[in-house]
Amino acid sequence: MILKNERSRKKNSFAEPVKGEAYIQLVWRKFKRSKTAIIGAILVIIMAILAIFAPFFSPYNPLKIDHRASFSPPQRIHFFDDKGKFHLRPFVYNLKLELDPQTWKRIYREDTSKRFPIYFLVRGWEYKPFGIPCKLHLFGVPKGGSIHLFGMDNYGRDLWARIMLGGRVSLSIALLGAILSAFIGSMVGTISAYYGGITDMILQRIVEFLQSFPQLPLWMALSIAIPATWSSLYVFIAIMMLFGLLSWTPLAREVRGKVLSLREQEFVLSAKEAGASDARIIFKYLIPNCLSHIIVILTLTIPWLILAESTLSFLGLGLQPPMVSWGVLLQEAQNLQTMGRHLWIAIPGAFIVITVLGFNFLGDGLRDAADPYSRR
Amino acid sequence: MISYIIRRILYVIPLLLAVSIVCFVIIQLPPGDFLTAIESQLKSQAGLSEEESRKMVDEMRKTYGLDKSMPVQYLIWIKNIVTKGDFGYSFGYRKPAQEVIWERLKWTMIIALSAHLISTLVGLLIGIYSATHQYSLGDHLSTFLAFIGLSFPEFFTALVIMYLLVFRFRVPHVGGLSSPEYVLATWNWAKFVDFLQHFWIPVVISGVAGVARNMRVMRANLLDVFRSQYVITARAKGLKERIVLYKHAVVNALHPIIAYQGVALPYIVQGTMVTAIVLNLPTTGPAFYDALVFQDTLLAGSFLLMVTVVLVIGNLLSDLILAWIDPRIRYD
Repeated sequence: MILKNERSRKKNSFAEPVKGEAYIQLVWRKFKRSKTAIIGAILVIIMAILAIFAPFFSPYNPLKIDHRASFSPPQRIHFFDDKGKFHLRPFVYNLKLELDPQTWKRIYREDTSKRFPIYFLVRGWEYKPFGIPCKLHLFGVPKGGSIHLFGMDNYGRDLWARIMLGGRVSLSIALLGAILSAFIGSMVGTISAYYGGITDMILQRIVEFLQSFPQLPLWMALSIAIPATWSSLYVFIAIMMLFGLLSWTPLAREVRGKVLSLREQEFVLSAKEAGASDARIIFKYLIPNCLSHIIVILTLTIPWLILAESTLSFLGLGLQPPMVSWGVLLQEAQNLQTMGRHLWIAIPGAFIVITVLGFNFLGDGLRDAADPYSRR
Repeated sequence: MISYIIRRILYVIPLLLAVSIVCFVIIQLPPGDFLTAIESQLKSQAGLSEEESRKMVDEMRKTYGLDKSMPVQYLIWIKNIVTKGDFGYSFGYRKPAQEVIWERLKWTMIIALSAHLISTLVGLLIGIYSATHQYSLGDHLSTFLAFIGLSFPEFFTALVIMYLLVFRFRVPHVGGLSSPEYVLATWNWAKFVDFLQHFWIPVVISGVAGVARNMRVMRANLLDVFRSQYVITARAKGLKERIVLYKHAVVNALHPIIAYQGVALPYIVQGTMVTAIVLNLPTTGPAFYDALVFQDTLLAGSFLLMVTVVLVIGNLLSDLILAWIDPRIRYD
């Protein structure tokens, strides 16, 4: 038992710190030093909060259609009114629709006759987090006014609210896909290396087989096979499974390499001698020691899946309206003329770029920090 | 060594067989086929009754062998590919699938290879600059830009560039490879200039991510090499920095990038795919996309199979080359 439980032995000695804690401290110290990693972490946290509390941040229902407001442009937040007077509470002006008498083009002009101050924590449309009805929203304007910070889409739906909702879908599909992929990858890698022999042979052939397909065409072909009659939830799950089931091979290879060297080390051998079961060795000794690797790759898989989802959805092969994701929102920008006249419909793209950038920064910082003993 | 090569090649044959089966099955997964669309067309446009149109379509199915079971269809398909090089009939283009692909392969390769070449060169140069000027302003800037380049979805880069060109710089025509007035013209100077004006756009768009990737790889490798002992030795014996850099460091830092070239081809081809779809280029990407959407089964399947086979063979070649140049690789 003493041999097997290395950690408790170390806990008793005063000279050495507990291995796990010291490692995490070293990682954190190194992670803190990298400015880009911190920026990445902040970006990711902001996006996650916006997505989780999407309805709270949206003053309008993202699904409510208002045909009269089709493609109405973003409203600007003012601190100074048209007479140049400063107001501490920011406000917006309503937009007035006018028609150009010659071209019949729709022109939106700010109606400066009435100000609509922005209030925080106001009551608005009802949503139900966990089934509890709730009307609280972060910001809003009094009745008669409107605040559409990112304008409206083709059907007159509030783009800000739709981006928040789309972020929820885009982030969760990538996160769940990456977790599934990390789970499969680490299990296959560990089992392959730990058991060796014929198991290893078969699993490695499967890895090679999956890696012989070109990614993008394969994903396109598989996602178009998802029946159009399926409900949104099923399509979501199907795409998520597709991501998870097809992207685990690089991780499996890496974990396999790591476990191959770990399984000959003393603490694993001693555990085996002490009669620990295979499952115990795998989950208690091998996987925890690969965890830093797995977390790094998980962090770097997420942005990759966000890009994949948005690309497939943009091409009309992934998620479909009425489902909302950043890629689906960008379908409206497919027509260059539409995008030229209503540039704000491309804003979801900026959210994709910022989120992916955040995850890449974070993952890169984690990768450097996960190996705190190297000089770099 | 010889036995290793033979074993590797023999191993590829069952792999190719399995891959071709999976390609065929995946493409057949969506319900219905191209003829279902023709059937509804016959009903709605040609004014045939339900019975008549079904009879007609069934006859067509018989002609093209679509009434047979899936395994039989697969066997016929693969037999024709292996014996006659015939990939089957594309309903969408009304000609053999391989003809459609070959026609479009020329432009695919020209665009893809240009993008690859430029992105490799530019990426290497920026990478070398970054590594030799570590932690300078230029290094920080190019590292940051590389991150941004990797964070743009390809289709979004394409949209942004197209928007800028059309609505900011007032370029008269964007998309495709030539303006409408030159499509049928014979090659002359004006057409060539017009072609260049269209050509650089997909090359730049699909090159952006490549530049970023190559730059990061080159920078990291070069920094690693700078710490190795032979570089320290080279500096210690008083060689000029230029010679240390180009004769010792860069050459060795290039290895992973050279090793990548063996499998680069399929990645290059699929890398330009999304751009090609957004810009509507006469390449294989949009043809594959249309074939998927309109269930032009054999065309889509043939394309998927071709890219996969190229990938498998590329992997095989790069394994063999690595085994040949690197004596440390074991053959057992």
